[in-house]
Amino acid sequence: MTPLRRTPLAPDALDTTDRAIINRMQDGLPLVSHPFAALAKDLGLEEDALIARIQAMREIGAITRFGPFYDAEAMGGAFCLCAMAVPATRFDAVMTLVNAHPEVAHNYERTHRLNMWFVLACEKAAQIKQTADRIERETGLPVLLFPKEHEFFIGFRVTA
Amino acid sequence: MTIPDLDRRIIAATTGGLPLTPAPFAEVASWLGVPEGTVIDRMAAMQGAGVIRRVAIAPNHYALGLTANGMSVWDIDDARAIDLGAQVGALSFVSHCYLRPRADGWPYNLFAMIHGHNRDEVETLRAQIATLLGPSCRASDILYSTRILKKTGLRLTEGGL
Repeated sequence: MTPLRRTPLAPDALDTTDRAIINRMQDGLPLVSHPFAALAKDLGLEEDALIARIQAMREIGAITRFGPFYDAEAMGGAFCLCAMAVPATRFDAVMTLVNAHPEVAHNYERTHRLNMWFVLACEKAAQIKQTADRIERETGLPVLLFPKEHEFFIGFRVTA
Repeated sequence: MTIPDLDRRIIAATTGGLPLTPAPFAEVASWLGVPEGTVIDRMAAMQGAGVIRRVAIAPNHYALGLTANGMSVWDIDDARAIDLGAQVGALSFVSHCYLRPRADGWPYNLFAMIHGHNRDEVETLRAQIATLLGPSCRASDILYSTRILKKTGLRLTEGGL
């Protein structure tokens, strides 16, 4: 898998049909034998032409993936957002200790006294606390746990 | 929740995505040695159970110009948190929205990730949320990411962890 492109594409990289495909396909396709057929018809494209456009948009990094979005928690995993206030002079050393844990799925530096925010991903819920405790022992710094208490339905859509 | 073995095999085969072919479920079925209809039925059942949120494309919002994002955090009256959080999550520019526990020195219970074309736009959108929350919001802040320190290939969700 190629790394995620983090810079904007040139304004003319996508035409209006490409943009319509992105806007429409964020909402989900039907679970049928030919899931692209109805959308292709709506857009006045052959099925193969629609698929070729999706492929091309994936190649230039406009689309990151096509497929099912799985809810990791519904599948039995345990996840927890964590934060630490790391002194600037120790930041890189603490980052190395934290990132060494395979349970640390991603980690961001953020603009706040709590300047290190990471997600622990474990198979079982008990492992979250164990991993956080281990990080506290290794770094000598408190790890604050921010587990999800409620997840709201998301209306996020990118307008291409 | 226990996940049946066939579902696990379907999940393992498709976490990286579906093949871009006219009949992608038939291709997955051929990998697993089961009929196409079985794959479609099991995926429909998983969608009904919430294990699959939807089958869709993931646009790369950076490539499409949404390069600025901030984690906005809000101290909301607990009695209104579910109702107001639902309204914030429904906004088209919010990609993740959760209630989380408060902590020592951290009064915020509502987290909403805001995406915009630049930081000024993110601040404007944050002000829209503040207006929506009104007096039920006692304090707020926004944390911008300055560096990605680690990112693994966890692709099971949309990052809504």
